[in-house]
Amino acid sequence: MSTDTTQNEARTGLAQGAVLAEMLERPVVVEARRINKTFRIPLSKVDSLKERITRPTAKTSYRELRALNEISFDIHQGEFFGIVGRNGSGKSSLLKILASIYRPDQGTVRVAGRLAPFIEMGVGFNPELTARDNVVFNGVLMGKSLRSARRGLDEILEFSELTEFADLKLKNYSSGMMVRLAFSVMAQADGDVMLIDEVLAVGDASFAQKCMDVFQEKRAAGKTIILVTHDMSTVQAFCHRAMLIHDGEMKYLGNPEEAALGYYRLNFDPASFTNSLPNSESGLVVARQLNARLIEAKVLDSAGNSLASIEQGQPINLRVKLEAARRLESPKVTINVRQLDGPVIFGFERDLQATVDDGDHITLAGQIDHRLLAGQYVVECWVRSDRNDKVMGLQVMKLAHFDVRGATGAEGLVSVDSDIEAVIRRRSVDE
Amino acid sequence: MSSAAEPTGLPDLGPLKPIPGPSPLGGGLKRAAELLYLIGLTDFKKVYFNTTLGYAWSLARPLMLFGVLLVVFTQVFRIGSEVAHYPVLLLFNIVLFGFFQEATTMAVGSIVSHESVVRKTQFPRLVIPLSTVFTSLLNLGLNLIVAFIFILAFGVSPTWTWLLFPFTLVLLIVITCAVAMIVSALYPRFRDLAIIWAVFSTILFYATPILYPINVVPDTLQQILLLNPLSSLFEEMRRYVIDPSAPSAVEVAGGWLALLPAIAIYIGTCIFAVWIFRREAPTIAEQL
Repeated sequence: MSTDTTQNEARTGLAQGAVLAEMLERPVVVEARRINKTFRIPLSKVDSLKERITRPTAKTSYRELRALNEISFDIHQGEFFGIVGRNGSGKSSLLKILASIYRPDQGTVRVAGRLAPFIEMGVGFNPELTARDNVVFNGVLMGKSLRSARRGLDEILEFSELTEFADLKLKNYSSGMMVRLAFSVMAQADGDVMLIDEVLAVGDASFAQKCMDVFQEKRAAGKTIILVTHDMSTVQAFCHRAMLIHDGEMKYLGNPEEAALGYYRLNFDPASFTNSLPNSESGLVVARQLNARLIEAKVLDSAGNSLASIEQGQPINLRVKLEAARRLESPKVTINVRQLDGPVIFGFERDLQATVDDGDHITLAGQIDHRLLAGQYVVECWVRSDRNDKVMGLQVMKLAHFDVRGATGAEGLVSVDSDIEAVIRRRSVDE
Repeated sequence: MSSAAEPTGLPDLGPLKPIPGPSPLGGGLKRAAELLYLIGLTDFKKVYFNTTLGYAWSLARPLMLFGVLLVVFTQVFRIGSEVAHYPVLLLFNIVLFGFFQEATTMAVGSIVSHESVVRKTQFPRLVIPLSTVFTSLLNLGLNLIVAFIFILAFGVSPTWTWLLFPFTLVLLIVITCAVAMIVSALYPRFRDLAIIWAVFSTILFYATPILYPINVVPDTLQQILLLNPLSSLFEEMRRYVIDPSAPSAVEVAGGWLALLPAIAIYIGTCIFAVWIFRREAPTIAEQL
C-alpha cells in the first residue's frame, strides 16, 4: 500500500520536487568529502614466508586499481539515498568505507547519529548457538548496546514468529526459518542511518518485497537510508536522490530517474538483444527487470500430450500462467517461437491495456497453427511494461523446447503456400 | 516529537562526527567490551557445551599430560623427587602454560575464522584476538580451581603470598594478549605462521621452567632461560603459591640487572603488539 503512494508520488514530478526541496533543507547526517581509495592487487600473490625468504629481493608487483576517485556528497536526514553502479564500479567499496570496514586512502566521512550497516543477512550467525543468543549477538554487531539488544530480543522473536523455537540451536533451523530470523533482526534494527546493501534484496521476489516494505516503514519513520543497488526499479520507486558511480567516478547525483537512465545507458548491451525488439521505438532504453513469475507453461500437441516432438503440420496448444511480480501498467506479453540458437521465426503480442497488480495472474491460452519445418525450436515469452516514455522494463523467459519431425525435402524454416507454377516453354515451340 | 520548530518531527541526531573507520577499537570501548564478552562466551560455550563430556575434556587434557609427565619425571628421570611438591608444581605449571599456549594458538587463525564479521560489519578488530584470550581465561579459571584442590590435597598450606599470585597472573595475561595480537595481525599476510607458531610454542614449553624448577638447571643455560620473560613469571608463581622457600627470579638471576633483558623483551613484545596491530587493523578486511 505504502509502495503505491511512493510510486504515485514519484510520478507526479511536481510533488516530488517539493518533497526533495524540503529534504535538502534538512540537516546533513552523512557527509563524505573527497574519498579516494586505491586497491593494490598483487600480480602474483605472495602469501608465505618461504617465498619471502627464498626470494627476498623479488618485489611483489602490484596492479593499482582505482576504486574510488574524489567522491563527495551530503545525505540529509530522512533521505532515502541510492548508490547505483554496475559490478566493479566502486559502489561496494564506498559502502564498505561508509560502514567503517575499509579505510579510505584520503577523504573523510562524518555521520550524525548511529549508523547501522546491513551488508549481509545474518552476519555472524553461529549455528551452534540458540536463536536467542544469535539475535543478541547480531544486535550488538549491528551497533546496539548489549542492553538494548537484550531488550529488543522478544520483539524480534515475535516479529519472526519463531518465539517457540527461541532456544533451538540455529543448526536445527530450516533455511527458511533462518532467513526469517535474520530478516527480523534487520527489520527491528534502530540505527539512525541505515546502510543497506543490495544483497539483502536478492532471493525470491516476495522476500525482496518484504525487504522493501521494511525500508518503506523505516523511511516513513524518518530514518535515513542509504541503499546500494543495481535494481533500478527500487531506486526509482523509493529514492529521493541517487548517485551513479562508474569506474570509481561519480557520474551523476540527483534525480533517481536520471540516475537510472544513466545506468541503463552504461549497461545497455546490444548483444543481449540480438533480435530487435517487438517494435523498437527509437530512444527507448531497455531495462531488464522482473515483471512476472512463471507459474506454469504447457506446450501441448493437439492430442493434449506434453510437447517434446510433433509431426510437421500439427498445431501447438499453449497454456501459460504468469503471476505479476510488480504492479504493471498496461503490460504487453509477446510469445515468440525461435529456432534453437537462431532467429525468431514468428511471434505475436497481446496488449493487456489494463493495470495488473502485484500478485495478479495473467493466463495465455490457445492454439497456434504453424508451418514450421523439421527442426528444433524454442518458445519464449517476453513481458514488457513501460516504466515511462523513456524506459521499458523487459523480461525474457524461456517456456519450452520442442522438435518438429518431418521428411519433406524443403529448405528453410517454414513451409508456405504458393501458387507458383513451373512451366517449360520449349524453344522449338517458339520457332 | 513535541518540538514545534521541527514540523517533520525528526529527532536531533547531534553534530556530525567522523566515523570510527576500521581500527583496533573503533566504535568505543563499551561496544568492544560487550563484543569481547559475547564472542568469548560464545566460543567457550561452543567448545564445552556441545561435546558430550563438556568441561571434563578441558580438564582431561592438562590432567592427562600431567599424569604422563609425572610418571616420566618421578619414575624415569627422578628430578621430580628432589623438588618440593613436584606433582602439584607440575600440574600448576601445565595449567598456566596451557592457558598461554591455547590462547595464542587459537589467536593465530582467529581473524581469518571471524572473516564474516570483519568484512561485513563495523567491528573493533582488537576484540578478536582478545576474545581468544578471554575464552582461554574462562578455561583457566576452571582449571585453576581443580589445580588448587590438588595443591591443598597434596599438603601445601595456604600462605599470605597466595595473594600475590593474581598480580603475576595478570602479567601472564598481558603477555598472552600481546602475543595473541601479534600472531593474529600477521597471520592474514603470512599463512605459514600457524605452523611456525605451533613449533615455537612447543619450544617455549621446554624453554620455560615447567617440567623443572630453574634452579636445577646449569648456570649458563639458566642465563639463556632467563631471557624468556615467562621463566621469571613461572618461578615467581611457584614461589608464591607452592614453595615459599624457592628462590625468587631475582635471586636466581643474581640481581635485578640480570633480569633486565627479560623485562625489556616483555615490554618490547607489548609495544610491538600494539604497534603492529594498529598498523594492520585498518587494512585487515582487505587482506582476507
